[in-house]
Amino acid sequence: MTTGTSKLYSYRFFIPAGIIYLLFFIAPTFLSFFFSLTIWTLSDWKFTGLDNFKIFMTEPSLVIGFKNSLIYAVLTCGLKVVFGFLLAAFLTTDIKTRGFLRSLIYFPNILSTIAVGIIFSSLMHPSQGLINLVLKAAGIPGPDWLGDPKIALLSVALVDVWKGVGIAMTIFIAGIQAIPPHYYEAIMIDGGSAFHKLRYITFPLSRSSFNSVIMLAFIGGIRTFDLIWVMTKGGPGFTTDLIASIIYKQFQGGFYGIATAGNVLLFILISIIAIPLYKQLTRVEVNL
Amino acid sequence: MKRRGIRIVVESIAVFFALVIFGIPLSYVVTNAGKTPAEAATMTIQPSTTPQYVQNFSVVIKEYDYTLLRAFLNSFIITVFSILVLIAVSSMAGFVMERRKSRTVSWVNFLVLAGLMVPPAVVPTIWILKLIGLYKTLTGLVLVEAALSFPFSVLLYRGYLGAIPRELDEASFVDGCSSFRLFIDVIFPLMKPVTATIAVITAITIFNDFVNPLYFLPGSKNVTVQLTLYNFMSMYLTKWNLLFADILLISIPPLIFFIIFNKKIVSGMVAGAVKA
Repeated sequence: MTTGTSKLYSYRFFIPAGIIYLLFFIAPTFLSFFFSLTIWTLSDWKFTGLDNFKIFMTEPSLVIGFKNSLIYAVLTCGLKVVFGFLLAAFLTTDIKTRGFLRSLIYFPNILSTIAVGIIFSSLMHPSQGLINLVLKAAGIPGPDWLGDPKIALLSVALVDVWKGVGIAMTIFIAGIQAIPPHYYEAIMIDGGSAFHKLRYITFPLSRSSFNSVIMLAFIGGIRTFDLIWVMTKGGPGFTTDLIASIIYKQFQGGFYGIATAGNVLLFILISIIAIPLYKQLTRVEVNL
Repeated sequence: MKRRGIRIVVESIAVFFALVIFGIPLSYVVTNAGKTPAEAATMTIQPSTTPQYVQNFSVVIKEYDYTLLRAFLNSFIITVFSILVLIAVSSMAGFVMERRKSRTVSWVNFLVLAGLMVPPAVVPTIWILKLIGLYKTLTGLVLVEAALSFPFSVLLYRGYLGAIPRELDEASFVDGCSSFRLFIDVIFPLMKPVTATIAVITAITIFNDFVNPLYFLPGSKNVTVQLTLYNFMSMYLTKWNLLFADILLISIPPLIFFIIFNKKIVSGMVAGAVKA
């Protein structure tokens, strides 16, 4: 069968995928390492060493992107994990409206990010938005959700959670449904409560779901561009700029070398955080 | 008996909160899309007394010399062709990746997995597209979308193929099937369910994509639906009724997909996340 293997499963099957993936993903990634070291006009380049990276690390309006992207990723990831897990645990018990609630919570995922951004920009409008109208009726002065530099990033992060918690929940539900029922039977015989079931069975046995959700949500968070772009454009000032929105602004300004350096920094940041995170998360699973 | 009472109370509270948090923003879009210009200034969930959906839709569609219709056409073309390319290339690649164990395959595997995490290098991609004359063309965007969806798609194919027995391949081989015939006549038809899942999920992703059209299709000629929505946002400013009418119009295709293929979407999302 060894001759058959190479004959049947010929590498020629890789050729079409290889051309497209190399040309439009792998090659640009490698090229970005070179062009990040240049002043680049797309038709011409001049080698400048690490200047672009220095600009990124020292210019205050660019440095803030790192801080914000990290805060944003940690915040959205954490909230999606917590709410996603609790919703999944609740929606795997036998309640009547289970199917309806799952669909309702998943639904925002099929809306485009731009649509979601516009909907919430309107709901969060400081004087006319529905959220502040309700708060006003309750006697609470509502904040300027997207205009106050102190909370603007948090507001957008909450919208991100609103849109994405359904995916986290769905992954957790699949994990919980794969837990063999006899574990629960055992704890019931021992007289365990619903909390005990959650704490000692559902939670520890959902480890691999936690891995998937944390990785997906964290990488998604740190790469975020469209939601922040449609809701605040990085403002007020630069207070909600993320790495990806800075890259786009530099691109718009024609600073292709700096934009590409931003891309490389994002690449490095994701590798530094994601690879150890991935190893750590999978190691915990093995120990269990 | 007492336990059941508590359960009903808990469930009612959960339904209430879910409706407030997820239901209100959605019904808000629907009610506001039908408001008259005068009513649109008050952004409440109170339905319009004289809803004018048809009129608002026609204003949005006629805007900028029917730009929305062209955007719909472009978005459909991009979505359909990206999926065709994606399925062709990733089914073949997934087939060999699952069946063959070698050093080359583990390298390919690594490159594919990296593609799930690494952010695409946008400006160098533009440079390459310019080099081969495909920048600002629908063809260029189709190829980029296919390349970026490739890792997710190939993982789903690989996972699904694991459940198709190898004996089938060997039997076909003994019967004199060439490897290409084996793939086209035997393997690909067997993978129909996962092909459908990939098609449905990537259709929604690509139709809703904003970032790639923004970078790779600048200019007014090649607008997509998400770009028109973004452009209308800065143009309409306070005309929320028109903006929401636009949101409603462009959310209809994904909504129809969601209603028909609900189960496929959910199972595919889970498989993709767990395999990764």
